[in-house]
Amino acid sequence: MYHKEKSIQIKNSASALYNNLGVLRIAPRRLTYFTVVHANVVNMISASWDGLNYSHRQLQSKEPNVATSTSLIMQAAFCALPSRDLLVVTSQKGIQMYESDGSIMVYWHALDTPETPTEQAVFARGISAVWENYICVGVSSGAILVFDVPSKGSNITLSEVLEEHKESITDMASECSGSQECIANLVTADDEGNLCVWKSGEEFQLLNKIPGFDMSCSSVKLWKGTVVAGYGTGQIRLYEAVTGILHAEVNAHARWIYSLDIAPFSGLLLSAAEDSLVRVWHLTMTPETNSVEVAHLHNECVTDTQICGAKFCDGDGYAFAVTGYDLTDPLGPVGWEMEPLLTSCGYSIGLGSGTL
Amino acid sequence: MSSRTLPLLFINLGGEMLYILDQRLRAQNIPADKAKKVSTIAAWIEEDRKRVMNDIITTMFNKKFLEELFKPQELYSKKALRTVFDRLAHASIMRLNQASMDKLYDLMTMAFKYQVLLCPRPKDILLVSFNHMDAIKDFVKDTPSILSQVDETYRQLIEMYTPLSSGEFQLIRQTLLIFFQDMHIRVSIFLKDKVQNSNGRFVLPTSGSVPHGTQVPGLIRIFSCTGEELTRQQFNNGGNYNAALREGSFEIFGDRVTKLGTNMYSVSRPVETHMSGTSKNSAQHTKVSAAPNPLAKEELNLLARLMGGLEVEKPGNTDSGFRVNLFATDEEEEEALISRPDELSYGVINIQATKDQQANAELAKIMGEFTESGDQSPGASSKGDDLLAMMDGL
Repeated sequence: MYHKEKSIQIKNSASALYNNLGVLRIAPRRLTYFTVVHANVVNMISASWDGLNYSHRQLQSKEPNVATSTSLIMQAAFCALPSRDLLVVTSQKGIQMYESDGSIMVYWHALDTPETPTEQAVFARGISAVWENYICVGVSSGAILVFDVPSKGSNITLSEVLEEHKESITDMASECSGSQECIANLVTADDEGNLCVWKSGEEFQLLNKIPGFDMSCSSVKLWKGTVVAGYGTGQIRLYEAVTGILHAEVNAHARWIYSLDIAPFSGLLLSAAEDSLVRVWHLTMTPETNSVEVAHLHNECVTDTQICGAKFCDGDGYAFAVTGYDLTDPLGPVGWEMEPLLTSCGYSIGLGSGTL
Repeated sequence: MSSRTLPLLFINLGGEMLYILDQRLRAQNIPADKAKKVSTIAAWIEEDRKRVMNDIITTMFNKKFLEELFKPQELYSKKALRTVFDRLAHASIMRLNQASMDKLYDLMTMAFKYQVLLCPRPKDILLVSFNHMDAIKDFVKDTPSILSQVDETYRQLIEMYTPLSSGEFQLIRQTLLIFFQDMHIRVSIFLKDKVQNSNGRFVLPTSGSVPHGTQVPGLIRIFSCTGEELTRQQFNNGGNYNAALREGSFEIFGDRVTKLGTNMYSVSRPVETHMSGTSKNSAQHTKVSAAPNPLAKEELNLLARLMGGLEVEKPGNTDSGFRVNLFATDEEEEEALISRPDELSYGVINIQATKDQQANAELAKIMGEFTESGDQSPGASSKGDDLLAMMDGL
């Protein structure tokens, strides 16, 4: 169903962190940006669609005025808002926001780090663009910081702090940014597997809380009002966001899930775990019967690699890229592209023009 | 990231070090009656071996040292941790040359990296630690004073780690994996057992038992709005898995179930690393920075100092044959030192006794706490001995 494409070399290997691959497709320039976190550095690669040009950049997590202080980065992700795209980098010290090409840092928010280390680690993790003008970032205390982002410039402000989770935030996701109206447009997940469903606004509204089962939810996605959550047990669960009804449960992986992604136009779901496997699924929602179907389409094994990031490169899911811990050859993301085939859903998908 | 990682790193690496030293000491062992006849050759008798093991374990589990270790803190840099282990390895009458020490450290770190990677669940790192602790306990079972120190450490481990959640253990594991990132030294025993590939990567099988708490992949269940199961489907999981084994014990005594962290060396399986193949991967090894680091003084920290200050009884002649060689011959050892690729050098910080000990008030206070006989005699110590010292301008 997919065949392997050439891989992209980066300067150093991916660290074992959840959701450790950022992808931003820049159609007008026929480019795709990738970000991979390695310890205290974000490797950024800009790849042209024809596969001929690559450029690299490295970003460090640093407080703007402190020369020597660096800290470990937990996550780097692109936030695509209607008016602008930003790259958000979260670390032990705080949150940095850059222009999407990584050229200029437009905002820095410092976390309250104690003088001497405490038992509970301090860091920021979990990043999502929400609706038209918000970027939400999670913190190890369970708090969620809501930033108000103007359509240009660096006048970004902290608009609200949501305190609902009691455990460290692991991941968050949104849908309906700037387009159609949704009842719920943000879901946040924590280390105990609890999920909170929100509606954005001047004051974010908590719509629902779906309790966990004492197992970390490391990756979460929101699509057509359905929460898709991946857990440390290797299970994937689908919940109706607003009601919390469990639609489906999949014993998907033999190890901890590190990354989930959804191609919103086709309903393809990508899951990747420490067990070296990437799996492609197809989700179908039937609103009339309020039911969901999950079909397994494809497996891809990245031999001897604990995968830490997997993302579709486009909204239809024609291609996806994968990073793994400590990969030596290739160092960088490995890509797969879909073959023109009849899928098990019975319709053919041609090769998209967008490759890596 | 996690501020609770250092105790696990230290205890597991220490455990591996003891396995390796124990194996080498046994391999260089000569029966007592023969030893009397060979006065010029380095000869280890059973007593000496036990003594070395006891001395090292006593130092490892020193109360003050452990107190410091268990405080919440960030992980040390590779350099700083290597220095701590250098000290530990020399906390006895045993001496190791640079090449042997390098090799020892390579083996220790690759072994623990393997164990961390292959742990089915992050929480299993605690079981691996208990396997090491169980073996250490066995090494000192005839010495009650050290045994009680070891038991106390069990209690501290249980107190600190058993309440942690799965997510917190995963954070610890992720912190350890960052520490071990890009280390791909090939270890002979791993290559032979086919757990490591010739490019230095560990084999991650897509078969075997799933972790405790995980189901074998393959089932998709769909539910109705009222919670009844509507359909079940199977999919091909691409592997060959079976159900989880029973959970290991997290108590002071018990069956840990996992074999990770148990002693994989024996007299007949010598410890070897291959240096030759690694230089082609040199581009990917993190270069050890030679630039002066303003935070370096912090790094060579309390722990290393605490360790250096512990008095150890030295026999009359420290320079004679109490040397342990991790290679088959002396020539090999020398050869290994010369041919070691630059990027794999650990850049161990050299500690020398200085006259400025009073300059650091904190250091002087610690020295006071440790010194039993009251005075140190820097002049009499040989080059290999470490005393409490300040670092000279890194």
